[in-house]
Amino acid sequence: MASYEESLTQLYGILEPYTNDLDALEANTDLVEGLGLSSLKIMSLLLDIEDSFDVSIPLNKLPDIRTIGDMARQIQALQDNS
Amino acid sequence: MFAKFETLANMRAAMAENGLDPVSVVIERMHSATMADINGRRTILAGTNNYLGLTFHPQCLQAAQQALMTEGSGTTGSRMANGNYAAHMALEQELADFYGVSSAIVFSTGYQANLALLSVLAGAEDAVLLDADCHASIYDGCKLGNAEIVRFRHNDPASLEKRLQRLAERGVKTLIVTEGIYSMLGDRSPLKEIVELKKKYGAYLMIDEAHSMGVLGENGRGLAEEAGVEDDVDFIVGTFSKSLGSIGGFCVSRWPELENVRAAMRPYIFTASPSPSAIATTRATLKLLRDGAELREQLWKNAHQLYQGLEDLGYNLGPVVSPVIPVILQESRQVVIEFWRKLLDRGVYVNLVLPPASPGDYCLLRCSISAAHSSAQIADMVNAFASLSNQGFVQARTG
Repeated sequence: MASYEESLTQLYGILEPYTNDLDALEANTDLVEGLGLSSLKIMSLLLDIEDSFDVSIPLNKLPDIRTIGDMARQIQALQDNS
Repeated sequence: MFAKFETLANMRAAMAENGLDPVSVVIERMHSATMADINGRRTILAGTNNYLGLTFHPQCLQAAQQALMTEGSGTTGSRMANGNYAAHMALEQELADFYGVSSAIVFSTGYQANLALLSVLAGAEDAVLLDADCHASIYDGCKLGNAEIVRFRHNDPASLEKRLQRLAERGVKTLIVTEGIYSMLGDRSPLKEIVELKKKYGAYLMIDEAHSMGVLGENGRGLAEEAGVEDDVDFIVGTFSKSLGSIGGFCVSRWPELENVRAAMRPYIFTASPSPSAIATTRATLKLLRDGAELREQLWKNAHQLYQGLEDLGYNLGPVVSPVIPVILQESRQVVIEFWRKLLDRGVYVNLVLPPASPGDYCLLRCSISAAHSSAQIADMVNAFASLSNQGFVQARTG
């Protein structure tokens, strides 16, 4: 299982095609306000992340995920429980 | 309180720039299932989902009039509190008979059927696995419930299986949700593959046949009938507001236990039941749908004519011929809105679909065809699109 830092690095790679502002790829960046992702983009991103990490991220968890760091922590929690 | 709606209000104001607001179209007068007056102009209705064109059928109108006169204009309450009308019960039996199953429940709308069922079928310890392109009512129903909600990639059995595997490893009971014909692109679920996976992993399967009932299958029962997998589908959801030309929704199931679910669904319990005229119309159109092989044949002939006509113009369309025919446009919202407006000026009313309502980062001019469209009307629709592409208004493309 990847560490938090490794998960972040993997997430940055997945997020690259979704933004023109690569400097914004930091743990504290807000996915909606910081990267400007629309709801449609978030849903597409979610499927890409699931495939990359081989994990299912329930939609019920989305309200707890605001930043890239939140996403990395959620992935770790789901991997711990699988 | 209202500040959070300003973004939406601004979007709407931007859409209304230079002309008609697309969400404020008024149909001033109906002439038939396919023709109306809009902005004082005789207009072909090309986005109604009125697939079999039954809304003005004499038998439906007569049934509705009779119910109105004998049972009144509304039921004024829910079935559980105010009682069932005999016609509600009769329609449920007729739907169960039509699908050859034991159980049926009628709802006041198709949206409500999904909302009610998905809020309770899968519980807190269970999961719902839904196709990413499922209708908003399916998402909303899931949101109302307590189950774990996971999506799989649209029409991708491999994506579904990965997620089924993960849930099976945790011993979670799973309900798979898919649709017959998808409402935006007109494509169909790979239902045979999904049924194989459902059986392999011991999951339940719900299919929403809103856009495929009356359209697919020898008897019009939808994609499950066409694919020959009806015995393996646990729940079929549908609507009365498309091929059946009325309003309401339903669920049928081979599980007699569906009846136990009825009293658990708050959107069912706390809503007024369908009006007598809506039920009477639906009972009449269900008979016409069941015996409607010729209507289905005409519908598909019309779908092929429109699809071929638009394809010949070079437009990028949905992946398969279907009564739902979207013209897929990569241009900006304002350009597409202007295109939609010019179509309306030429007497053709189609559905304008903008992201995030469209399944991707593109806009749609969504056409839906009816068995009631004449060949001349379809030619007029194609000519309207042709006149705009000839003006270079939107660059038609091939491939």
